[in-house]
Amino acid sequence: MKSAVVQLPGLNRDRDMIAALTKISGSAPVTVWQTETEIPDVDLIVIPGGFSYGDYLRCGAIAARMPVMQAIKARAEQGVRVLGVCNGFQILVEAGLLPGALMRNASLKFVCREVKLEVVNSDTAFTRAYAKGQVIRSPVAHHDGNYFADAETLKAVEGNGQVVFRYAEGTNPNGSVNDIAGIINAKGNVLGMMPHPENLIESAHGGADGRGLFASALDVIAA
Amino acid sequence: MIKARVTVTLKNGVLDPQGKAIEGALGALGFDGIGLVRQGKVFDLQLETADKAQAEADLKAMCEKLLANTVIENYSISLA
Repeated sequence: MKSAVVQLPGLNRDRDMIAALTKISGSAPVTVWQTETEIPDVDLIVIPGGFSYGDYLRCGAIAARMPVMQAIKARAEQGVRVLGVCNGFQILVEAGLLPGALMRNASLKFVCREVKLEVVNSDTAFTRAYAKGQVIRSPVAHHDGNYFADAETLKAVEGNGQVVFRYAEGTNPNGSVNDIAGIINAKGNVLGMMPHPENLIESAHGGADGRGLFASALDVIAA
Repeated sequence: MIKARVTVTLKNGVLDPQGKAIEGALGALGFDGIGLVRQGKVFDLQLETADKAQAEADLKAMCEKLLANTVIENYSISLA
């Protein structure tokens, strides 16, 4: 499967993402700059992590209004898979592709550590390689990962199985409501998550717990 | 030219860790009896128009599209 990585000024996890996609799919993703209005014909579009536009105004707010986002919205509507990690998740919620908002960590501190994630929904295009209820390791590194949604939205997200990952075993690093670490849209093709699965894909990283996410999204596992 | 001020505040019920920290710091400075602190944002804008109705409409669109995240924030607009 072909993939694309979106690049914006201030994103700094794009190289890690490109390395992960290249190693797992066997081919390098195309890169797409923020001003582009068309995205090449790919099966997976990834918005990586970082600090787009210096986190000015609100994290991801300015990036979410760049031309490339209209192209991503159009592709998402066609069913193309879209993954946003960390700042990428913040950009997806600011762009309205995912419900809710990501606010300042309850501790007010930047957190950079490893957490445990429960795979709450393994019946998605991104998590088929995992078992429901499986607990995996993942690094996190963010200042604004505190997921919030109003009661009505939260009820819908929980009821529809849109919560894909929860922080497990008391490792919630940011105060997210219901320990939410990652959510998917109702259609099931847009996933946003604060943790960095791309930083745990091979033994050199000290583990490969994140590999299943890319193997799922890139269809390199048996369906 | 019209000068405008846009004020963006968190909606009721949305947790404000920064406001809480400021509340704590004010208490530590000896300011007693602070019930609540909520942090917000202020934007001062200059618009190259004399049409107040148009300015208000434009500012509302700016708030809806960028200045506020209406999932978590309210906004108010005042013209000088």
